[in-house]
Amino acid sequence: MTTTQNTPARSLAFLRQIAGGLTTLAITLLGLLLVTFFIGRVVPIDPVLSIVGERATAAQYEAARVALGLDQPLWKQFGIYVLDAVQGDLGTSIRTGAPIIGEIARYFPATLELATLGTIIGVIVGVPAGVLAATRPGSLADQVVRLVGLMGYSMPVFWLGLIGLLVFYGHLDWVGGPGRLDPVYEMMLEFSMTQYTGAILIDTALNGAWEVFANALSHIVLPAGILGYVSMAYISRMTRSFMMNELGQEYITTARVKGMPEWRVIWVHAMKNVMVPLITVIALSYAYLLEGSVLTETIFAWPGLGSYITDALFTADMPAVLGGTIVVGVVFVTLNMASDILYRLVDPRART
Amino acid sequence: MSLLEVENLRVTFSTETGPVEAVRGVSFQLGRERLGIVGESGSGKTMTGRAVLRLIRPPGKIQTDRMIFDGQDLSKASERDMRALRGRRIAMVMQDPKYSLNPVMRVGDQLTEGLRQRDRLGAAEARKKALAALEAVQIRDPERVMDAYPHELSGGMGQRVMIAMMLIPEPDLLIADEPTSALDVTVQAEVLSILDGLVRERGMGLIFISHDLRLVARFCDRVLVMYKGRVVEELVARDLMAAQHPYTRGLLNCLPRIGGSRAPLPGLDRTGTWAND
Repeated sequence: MTTTQNTPARSLAFLRQIAGGLTTLAITLLGLLLVTFFIGRVVPIDPVLSIVGERATAAQYEAARVALGLDQPLWKQFGIYVLDAVQGDLGTSIRTGAPIIGEIARYFPATLELATLGTIIGVIVGVPAGVLAATRPGSLADQVVRLVGLMGYSMPVFWLGLIGLLVFYGHLDWVGGPGRLDPVYEMMLEFSMTQYTGAILIDTALNGAWEVFANALSHIVLPAGILGYVSMAYISRMTRSFMMNELGQEYITTARVKGMPEWRVIWVHAMKNVMVPLITVIALSYAYLLEGSVLTETIFAWPGLGSYITDALFTADMPAVLGGTIVVGVVFVTLNMASDILYRLVDPRART
Repeated sequence: MSLLEVENLRVTFSTETGPVEAVRGVSFQLGRERLGIVGESGSGKTMTGRAVLRLIRPPGKIQTDRMIFDGQDLSKASERDMRALRGRRIAMVMQDPKYSLNPVMRVGDQLTEGLRQRDRLGAAEARKKALAALEAVQIRDPERVMDAYPHELSGGMGQRVMIAMMLIPEPDLLIADEPTSALDVTVQAEVLSILDGLVRERGMGLIFISHDLRLVARFCDRVLVMYKGRVVEELVARDLMAAQHPYTRGLLNCLPRIGGSRAPLPGLDRTGTWAND
């Protein structure tokens, strides 16, 4: 009579979907490696030459070429490349001679910290703003949210960053300037603290170094606020449209017929349904901040992944550029996968 | 004293091309009886039902001279008073459980929500009441239905859940808006007999909105026939098949009969004076 499934079958199906997702993930990443490998072969930069220098003899050149494995057939080179990448070896930076993975491990937490805080701000402000606009369409609040969002869309991040620095740092002196810390505190962080995560806010809190924490906060608040503003503009817009769509549904009338108060109709009945598409939107905007904050990082002298890749580009450090590209790709694919899993957790219809 | 008294009810939607009147001056009275409202699509029957609950979404507006429910004037009640009435005393079953149940909430959570939020019952007690309500609509495995999501139920099951949910607070008035139109014919009969039994047993007033004339004739005590937002005829349900009004006659004439003539069914003749304005 009922078509209810029992719980073990349900969770088994869920596990199978996750396994399927992981397979897709692996194939996507393999494709990504294929692309970066291909780019590495076609750019007009001779990797051997950039290592041995222009005055090397033919014998030295040949030795370096063999050492890099470039005398092997192409498919074998790709195999080695994939095997290395899987073990976390993304090659050696030409600029510094250090393993790229180690360098990225130092730079990436700065980006992660900035983008995460930006996304948190975007969600905390954007979701309520979108709901407010959706529940009073055409009202003053709706107009304000629309206008503020439109400005977030249309003003370039670097301009916002420069003006922000000029006003809040230059004139008002409310926030810390460029960089993640004042130089004094940078020394303290470097020499007298255990760095657990590379995210300064977390590390200083774990060390109980609240003075350094406060300084780091004053540095991150402006760039994170600007990234948060951009992501808020997008999230509030999407939330508004999702919420308006849900509020027109019949189950909302049902909840009202049951005599539920308006806050419950909106924040429980409608929100649970809005969450489903909103998760994807938030994940995409997070990914966008993680990979796309190059301009912000440049303006704020933020030593993150964006700065790393930009610097590498300017010095034609191809392995570093491609290494950074792979990390960005992995981040993007992983976030997509995570949003897929979350999506299934909130929407029971997607589970079966 | 009657349970519900509606006088000169109007529902207006302001659109870009000017106001559109969905309901134009409907008046009726209802005791603890079963009142059918019939009419073609767009005749204003659904809007009449929702106006009683004051659940017309903007830009729709409700105007009425009087709308008295059990001594209380609904047209003057505050939103807070309306919420209290909606929860406990007036309920509504809608057309399609596929849309009227929240797709991402378990059936049990939706059933117990009113008891938990409004009546402040504990989880165990609310669950017990919900299970009893599911049994009352002849669901044989209520435990499993409680833990299911709406998409895991068939249409008939979904509509029983909906009826159970609306009858938990034992309302005085139930508005059933095409409660069986989205269901298979065989399931329709089952759901109707469940609804009929509960309404009789508990002595509720029922407003039964439908476009199915035969169903209404069989199921209700009295019938309002609506056309273009007005009541064109009011009859005792038994006499529906012998209605005199040309619109009602027209509706009856378009019903196919088993063993009847195979000639094309006649359309509505809208040439009479009743059809204008």
